[in-house]
Amino acid sequence: MATQTHSTAALGIRPTHPSGPRAGRRRPPTTTVAGIALRTPYWVFTGALAIVFLFPLVWTGVASVSPRPGTSQVNGWGLGNYTSLAHYQAGIGRYIFNSTFVSLLTVVLTLFISLLGGYAFARFKFPGRNALFMLTLAILMVPYATLLIPLYVLLNQFGLQNSLVGVALVLTMFQLPFATFMMRISFEAVPREMDEAALVDGCSSFTALWRVLLPAVKPGLITVGLFAFLAAWNDFMAPLILINDSARQTLPLAISNLRGQVQGVVDYGATEAGVVVLAVPCIVLFLVLQRHYVRGFMSGALKG
Amino acid sequence: MTTDVQRRTASPVDPPDRRHPRRNARHRAALGWLYATPTTVFVALLFLVPLGLVVRMSLSKWPLLSGDQGWNFPKNYRKAVTNRFFTDSIVFTLKYTLLATILLIGLGLGLALLVQESSRWKGLLRTSFLVPSALGLASASLLFYVLYSPIAGPFAGVMSRLGITFLGSPNAALWSTLFLIVWRYAGFYMLLMLVGLQAIPAELFEAARMDGASRWQTFRRVTIPLLRPTIALTTVLCVTGSLLAFEQFYILTKGGPDNSTITVVQLIYTVAFQGQNDLGVAAALSVIILIALVLINIVQLRAFRSPDED
Repeated sequence: MATQTHSTAALGIRPTHPSGPRAGRRRPPTTTVAGIALRTPYWVFTGALAIVFLFPLVWTGVASVSPRPGTSQVNGWGLGNYTSLAHYQAGIGRYIFNSTFVSLLTVVLTLFISLLGGYAFARFKFPGRNALFMLTLAILMVPYATLLIPLYVLLNQFGLQNSLVGVALVLTMFQLPFATFMMRISFEAVPREMDEAALVDGCSSFTALWRVLLPAVKPGLITVGLFAFLAAWNDFMAPLILINDSARQTLPLAISNLRGQVQGVVDYGATEAGVVVLAVPCIVLFLVLQRHYVRGFMSGALKG
Repeated sequence: MTTDVQRRTASPVDPPDRRHPRRNARHRAALGWLYATPTTVFVALLFLVPLGLVVRMSLSKWPLLSGDQGWNFPKNYRKAVTNRFFTDSIVFTLKYTLLATILLIGLGLGLALLVQESSRWKGLLRTSFLVPSALGLASASLLFYVLYSPIAGPFAGVMSRLGITFLGSPNAALWSTLFLIVWRYAGFYMLLMLVGLQAIPAELFEAARMDGASRWQTFRRVTIPLLRPTIALTTVLCVTGSLLAFEQFYILTKGGPDNSTITVVQLIYTVAFQGQNDLGVAAALSVIILIALVLINIVQLRAFRSPDED
């Protein structure tokens, strides 16, 4: 993982080569017998810890395709659990579509709002700017449930009951504190000369944003988009409260409801398969965009 | 974080066209508002309006199906505090928050110290600690629901031989849920701690080492004091998140056994949508929690403020 984020690695309680230009490198492994003997407990301990963290994921993946009485995969290895999951109620395809729709709409809305908002907060002076920014951050202070109860009533009044668009709007609102903050510091990190030069050359402020600043804040946008996607794909409570129609459920809600379906007997096999379907996109995205995930936290947000 | 922003924003925006500074400033202000409009609309309609509505709902008789039935203050609040799970859920939520915060802050810092230097092995360790935090809390809870199962879980054989269960007794259910939370969040808190550790200048450790400080002394006298802002932030995050715990208990324990693991948010959900269907009382509970949370965060921020800032 992101070795470059720790290039100044000599910052611990055990600084290695703290004086030379090679301060960022770790100590070359001691190759003497005593050195290996000293390090073995560390390897065993940390290796065991890593196994504790990875075991539940690996076990679920393996168990979802292995035989077990009482599931849809009784004899031999195979995809029986996934087949029964595919035919559950409205069909897993429907729930995957619902979740994908909500997640993508949330990502698009979050990116659009926080790109313009971050630009406004970072580059313009207007009355009420600080108040609006603080108000946006204040969303973090209010419990999820406190807002979902009135939102349930409000969305009903606007004809957005049982609506995936309604869920995406609510999820976007919950993303705004992080997204706006992130985009504001992304814009502030870009030298002012860049867009001022464009403005002097006769660009409108929007052209300056689109042509000059957008490429510069792309890393921030990727981080914001990744967080919005993970949050929306995984969200449970908003659809639980806002969606009643079983054909409009999102994937986490559907998998959670699937457990108690067949006369109170839990289909553990299908649940395992469901967890795999839920987890795989997140893990793949995380591994691909790991550097951006870390950057989200490195970007000054937590330095003060 | 706020100081940084304020410092930067204090410098005025230079208008690119200096011939009409005043007209230009007004023009820029209008443009700023234009770009901030989507944010304003979302914050107003989906945050401020619901916030006002929840207060109004808490003052009105408001059944789930028939809607607003008019003012009934203080009946909702009286019903909320006399709910038979009100005290129990608060006590349980506080107990859970205390344990989760101690475990996550301690383990997050421990893991961070274990993997902070760069090497391929430590990179692998960091990734394996972080992978669970890519999962949603609901997915993780479902995963552990199967993992803890006495029928389908990997420990089913051991469990039946020794006669133990993961979710059968109140204490077992609490600790099993705490394990799930540590598994899901320890990597996340490790990452926050790594960010904090990275901000400490390496010279300080070097100086401590030259002065002959032991590893423990360096940790106690250099690392911990300089990590104070990070520890404050992570504690506030962890306390807030744990006080509002819902999914893990809703999916994993369903509040059981014997209603011993009902959290405050679960109580709100139950009152609003299961059984009583009383949005007014649920709104009253929500307002009480909002006020409590704001107070708790103010106390925490005061407690963490370093003495020289007073």
